[in-house]
Amino acid sequence: MKPKEDKSRISEMITRNESDLLADWIREQLAATTLRSDLMKESELREQSRRFLDLMVRAASQQPNLDNINSPAWGETREFLSGVSRSRAHQGFSPAETATFIFSLKQPLFTLLRQELEGDPKRLADEMWVATAILDKLGLYTAEAYQKGREEVIARQQQELLELSTPVVVLWEGILALPLIGTLDSARTQVVMESLLEKIVETGAGIAIIDITGVPTVDTLVAQHLLKTISAARLMGADCIISGIRPQIAQTIVHLGVNLTDVITKSSLADAFAVALRRAKMAITRAENHG
Amino acid sequence: MAVVKDETMSIRSSEDVVRVRQVARELAIAQGLSLVDQTKIVTAASELARNTLDHGGGGTVRLEAINSDARRGVRLTFEDHGPGIPDVELALKDGYTTAGGLGLGLSGAKRLSNEFEIFTRVGEGTRVTITRWK
Amino acid sequence: MERIPILKMGDYLLVTIQVDMHDRLALTLQDDLTEGIARTRARGVLIDISSLEIVDSFIGRMLGNIAAMSRVLDAETVVVGMRPAVAITLVELGLSLPGVRTALNVEQGMSLLQLAAAEQENFNGRGER
Repeated sequence: MKPKEDKSRISEMITRNESDLLADWIREQLAATTLRSDLMKESELREQSRRFLDLMVRAASQQPNLDNINSPAWGETREFLSGVSRSRAHQGFSPAETATFIFSLKQPLFTLLRQELEGDPKRLADEMWVATAILDKLGLYTAEAYQKGREEVIARQQQELLELSTPVVVLWEGILALPLIGTLDSARTQVVMESLLEKIVETGAGIAIIDITGVPTVDTLVAQHLLKTISAARLMGADCIISGIRPQIAQTIVHLGVNLTDVITKSSLADAFAVALRRAKMAITRAENHG
Repeated sequence: MAVVKDETMSIRSSEDVVRVRQVARELAIAQGLSLVDQTKIVTAASELARNTLDHGGGGTVRLEAINSDARRGVRLTFEDHGPGIPDVELALKDGYTTAGGLGLGLSGAKRLSNEFEIFTRVGEGTRVTITRWK
Repeated sequence: MERIPILKMGDYLLVTIQVDMHDRLALTLQDDLTEGIARTRARGVLIDISSLEIVDSFIGRMLGNIAAMSRVLDAETVVVGMRPAVAITLVELGLSLPGVRTALNVEQGMSLLQLAAAEQENFNGRGER
């Protein structure tokens, strides 16, 4: 039967030796081959380390056995580590370099434990086990948070790329054109359509020509997005013309059972433009030669 | 999954319906939903809040901001102890309308949400839960 | 009681909805507009919803009712300024606002109303009012 008094005393030991432990740990990090002094200043590293030890002590005081990092006691620490991982990801550190932040604390901590528990090998073994377990968990958490940070960067870059590649052109007064190029996927189509509607409001254009000459294939989802956009534009008070429907796409559309009866379609952008001009009650006339 | 925000409001008047829209909007913004997604969940909330008031005889809505591993979202649970809905399938059919227009509200809210759940018992009441993810 | 103000501009009535309306306020607007059209013999109504962040089925029905009732009273209705997010949501909702004419802004809305009023006159064979 385990004696009741079997609570870990790591938190207590760290508190008593905090400044020495911190110094040791920072020395360890600065000596590591994975140190990236080009990416982060030493002062920042010191500050992050100090803060982490501080948080760890506080969490441990609420949870002496240091066994569940998902509990509220570790909330602040988790938040801090998320922040550290995200900022390191943004700064350009690799996942290994980021996780080293935590793992490099092991050696100094073990040294401390050996000092404190010299005469009690059983106790030393137990406490080293607790220490290793908690640092492993925290290190893994850091790696996962790093991953999330990277995914956010990628998602944001994708979004920016998307916005750059969906130009809406003012063809004429009150007439917009949206030339779509390449394969459309659901996400891209949504972004494109929203920006078209915004541009319609911005320019007060009553007619928008959506040209799909440059689109090789259209699937049901994309066709539905197109139709929804046209319906939305109509609700707002503008009209849409689809141009550039090639025979293959026409077949696909009919095959998919998509209903285009309410929509004006033209095979070429030029034809669509002519229709748009007529609807806008405008005409282009050739200038007379002034001899 | 973690619930980072949890608020319950009572729906007893049409002013309450307006307030529900406002709070749902705040929650959607806090969770980082796009403008279009915000509009969808707030519109769905408006439909369901009105149903709760007009057909359920008043009730409550529980608004939660939820975080799962991959994403963040808003979950709304509307509850009333009204007459209940005798034929849910019929009520969910697009364009179905009872005297007060119950149908469009329910099917509309479903279309505007990523997840939709309804529990109803005639004579006991109705509970509808909708979720919109970022 | 609070009401949404209705402005008279020549032969037309102008309404700008700037608040998140509760249902009673919306119904009051419906009544006020119908009464106003009849009383002023307006040719048209312009409803500016550019401030509305939400249009749900109730407001949609209100707009449809206003359009239908004004038509009975020989006036046209144009709704202007619908926001893209609102339009996208209405499409998703399945609300098409039947019988409601729309325009992008007040200028285009007024042109539409004036055009419709002129057409109506030709149709009715009436001379200048």
